[in-house]
Amino acid sequence: MKARAILVAALALALLAPAAGAAEQASLTEIEKQVMCPVCGTLLQLAESPQAQRERVFIDHLIAEGKTEAEIKDALVAEYGNEVLALPPDSGFSLSAYVVPILALLLAAAALAIGVLRWRRAGDGPGRGDGAARPAPPSESDSERLDADLARYDL
Amino acid sequence: MSFRSVIAVLGVLAVVGLLVFGLASKGSSGLAIGDPVPTSALPRLEGGGSGSLAAYRGRWVLVNFWASWCEPCRAEAPALEKFQREHGGPRFAVLGIDTRDLSGDGQDFVREFGLSYPQLRDGDGGAAHDYGTSGVPETFLVDPKGRLRLHVPGPVDEQTLQGSVAPLLPGGKS
Repeated sequence: MKARAILVAALALALLAPAAGAAEQASLTEIEKQVMCPVCGTLLQLAESPQAQRERVFIDHLIAEGKTEAEIKDALVAEYGNEVLALPPDSGFSLSAYVVPILALLLAAAALAIGVLRWRRAGDGPGRGDGAARPAPPSESDSERLDADLARYDL
Repeated sequence: MSFRSVIAVLGVLAVVGLLVFGLASKGSSGLAIGDPVPTSALPRLEGGGSGSLAAYRGRWVLVNFWASWCEPCRAEAPALEKFQREHGGPRFAVLGIDTRDLSGDGQDFVREFGLSYPQLRDGDGGAAHDYGTSGVPETFLVDPKGRLRLHVPGPVDEQTLQGSVAPLLPGGKS
């Protein structure tokens, strides 16, 4: 019974291990979407230059060595610098690429909120609803002209 | 000036500042004849450590930007090696800078063409940008005071080296 349990466990491990490995297996197609062709200034996925071809060969070689996606991206950064990454790293000065837009959005939202509050406060102020803000009534000649025009269209 | 005006002016200044910073950091500087050339340190392509043009002060240096994936670079490499063998010494040297290239490919290139002159590595293209290059290959002749004396965009050949570079070197031998 014990031997049978061990055999089942071993079989399960043998079946699951490749699946787990496959889940971590890096893919050229996926990496191409995340890194740049430094010479072309475009995503590697869209690049056809000789440098891009060499970059693909380099990635393929690392995939064959069993490197993970993160390891391959690290190797590319070691070769070409941070600019090879399509998205800047979330550390150091590059962090500002993420923080600045969020801060700008928060500032814009705060400015909008303050503006709306002020506008509403101004709307609730004296003069609203007591007739002072209403337009002046038409003059006598305007009233006569209006009556005449309306009478002309009166069917 | 009201508080609102101050805020508006600061906002405009911030936007203009960001634009200027962006242009200054991305724009290609470009070097003119007589300009001092950049001397920032770069890693050596082989053997570890780093090197800089500053180490060549007092010598004429022919700085050649190249990459292994660049066909014209392959075409000019033998001429540069021959020129180094003929003119290299205490008063002149060729200095290769392998730019935006895989280090392994660059090392293979050096071995393939038997290049004997020193090679630095510019993986992120920062040095090429500082020199204002628009591609590879590009070659710059730097005088002993570290100033640019000649710029050849595109590949050099024996005729260019003997006709344009050699006459500027000490003794002007061609």
